[in-house]
Amino acid sequence: MLIGAVIAGIFFGLYFTLVGLGLNLVFGVMRIVNLAHGDVLMLGGVAAWALFTSLGLHPMVSAILVLVVFLVAGLPLYYAVVPRLLRSRDSEMLSLILFFGLSQMIEAMTTISIGATERSLPPRLMGIGPIIIFGTRLPKAWFYSAAASAIAVLAVYFYLYRTRLGTLTRAVMVSRDEALATGIDVNKVSAVAFGISLALAGIAGVFAPFIMGSITPNMGVAINLTAFAVIVVGTLGNPLGTLLGGIIYGVSLMLMQTYLSSWANLLPNLLLIGVLLIRPEGILGRKVRRA
Amino acid sequence: MRSSRARRALLDAAIAAIVVAGMAIARGVYSNELMLFNFIMFLTLSQGLNIIYGFTGYLPFGYVGFFGAGAYGFALAVMHLHLPALAAMGCAGLAALVLSVILLPLLRLSGAYFAIASMAAAQALYEVIANPDLETVTKGPYGVSLAGVFAPAASYYLALAILAATLLVVVWLRNSRFGMSLQAIRDDSVSASMAGISVVRGRTVAWTLSALIAGLVGGVFAWHISVFYPDTAFDLSVSIFATVFLLFGGATTLVGPLLGVFILYGVYNVIGIAVPQYFQFTYGALIVLLVLFLPNGLVSLLTSRGIRVP
Repeated sequence: MLIGAVIAGIFFGLYFTLVGLGLNLVFGVMRIVNLAHGDVLMLGGVAAWALFTSLGLHPMVSAILVLVVFLVAGLPLYYAVVPRLLRSRDSEMLSLILFFGLSQMIEAMTTISIGATERSLPPRLMGIGPIIIFGTRLPKAWFYSAAASAIAVLAVYFYLYRTRLGTLTRAVMVSRDEALATGIDVNKVSAVAFGISLALAGIAGVFAPFIMGSITPNMGVAINLTAFAVIVVGTLGNPLGTLLGGIIYGVSLMLMQTYLSSWANLLPNLLLIGVLLIRPEGILGRKVRRA
Repeated sequence: MRSSRARRALLDAAIAAIVVAGMAIARGVYSNELMLFNFIMFLTLSQGLNIIYGFTGYLPFGYVGFFGAGAYGFALAVMHLHLPALAAMGCAGLAALVLSVILLPLLRLSGAYFAIASMAAAQALYEVIANPDLETVTKGPYGVSLAGVFAPAASYYLALAILAATLLVVVWLRNSRFGMSLQAIRDDSVSASMAGISVVRGRTVAWTLSALIAGLVGGVFAWHISVFYPDTAFDLSVSIFATVFLLFGGATTLVGPLLGVFILYGVYNVIGIAVPQYFQFTYGALIVLLVLFLPNGLVSLLTSRGIRVP
């Protein structure tokens, strides 16, 4: 039972790595918290649901569509709000409020257009029957979403460390002002990072109906808290630390559900508060961040 | 110099008195008591938030946690200790105070970290209270009913008294040495502590005061409503409404949050209740525009021109 919980936790945690990855990329590059991240994820799920029910598109196909559309949509959104936000006195704090407003708009629009009911996709789309790994039975959807997450982490790694734009992105992460002074087009770099972040959230959203059973327009807030817990545990501003954060979250959630199931919902909250208080720099971090 | 300061304090106090008197008279002439009660609730909550955000710069997204703690402090005292309502109000305040002391270490975090951590704390408290395993104590997710102490008139006037006290605290902070020192800490904590201001003490006092206010409002809400669920007492939109009202009007001032509540909550009561989604959308858009174009609230239209706003 213990080994089963750990293995299930790793797969589940890999999914939450995908959920947190984009949020962390935006924080790392722009030092802002995108509180609408969970709602973008929800939109990805709604897109998968709508494409399947209207056109019969398989979610894997929708995932690619969502990736492209969200990536492109991120660019104008970035230019519309972020540069102005970053000029303000306390952009980190104000970002929280601004993106909260955006999240309310997304939630309201989604509720108006598709209603507040739970939407789900038939689980058979992800293959019938469980997959058996080291004697642990897992739903196939967990396996595929974990695989998608692993690919996403590798792709982000490749982008950051093997492409020119990625190198520039890392320069902006270290110091926005110095990057600007060196002549880097900070806004272009940030806009692409923003688009990638939305695309990652969108893909995570496509898998959400399978992992969480269903999606609703108001799921964003809970997703945000979890995603924030994952990236804080991993180390804020370090996209690859998200992998560790996701797995720690997944394994501890599965252990809670196995041994103390009715208290499992407490976990992301306590994990978040605990890590913030004991090690605010995250598990991989070095820089201390205190008031 | 001294007399002009006294005049300012007097003006602030007069505004507070007018608002309180207005809400007292409104009950006699307007029949929708619940709506008036909600107005009082948000007037108080947004001023309570003003104390912590406006004067120290900490924005607790989980402010509703104190409200919920107060509501359940009241409910548990009535259900298990069979206390009369006023004594139960004491328990409501106490519950929020205890919670604020437990959460004191959160003040070590800055900006967004503090906001999110406080939201997680409120959510954690909700998970505990709504947990079906604790049904015998808190009635879990099934809600509490306090019909035995139901007293709409008394609870309305108590809420009004809490509003009056809160407004006085804000007037005091705006006109006292202590309030000035808090603003100095907010603007530059290092310089403030060099000037001999106790940073930790200042923040602690503001934090517990603001928590106590939310707890008392929660308690009087429980008394006035008398039937509620953990979902209502820990509804995140309570924090969010209070935050938006505060930011819309303008923090650190007395009239800013008042304007925010009267304008925005007024609009909400006209259009929001019928079609909540349209309102939610407008709200979201308003928040976005506000942050982008008027980050210091309505009052900054005047203050940026050098006009002092009470």
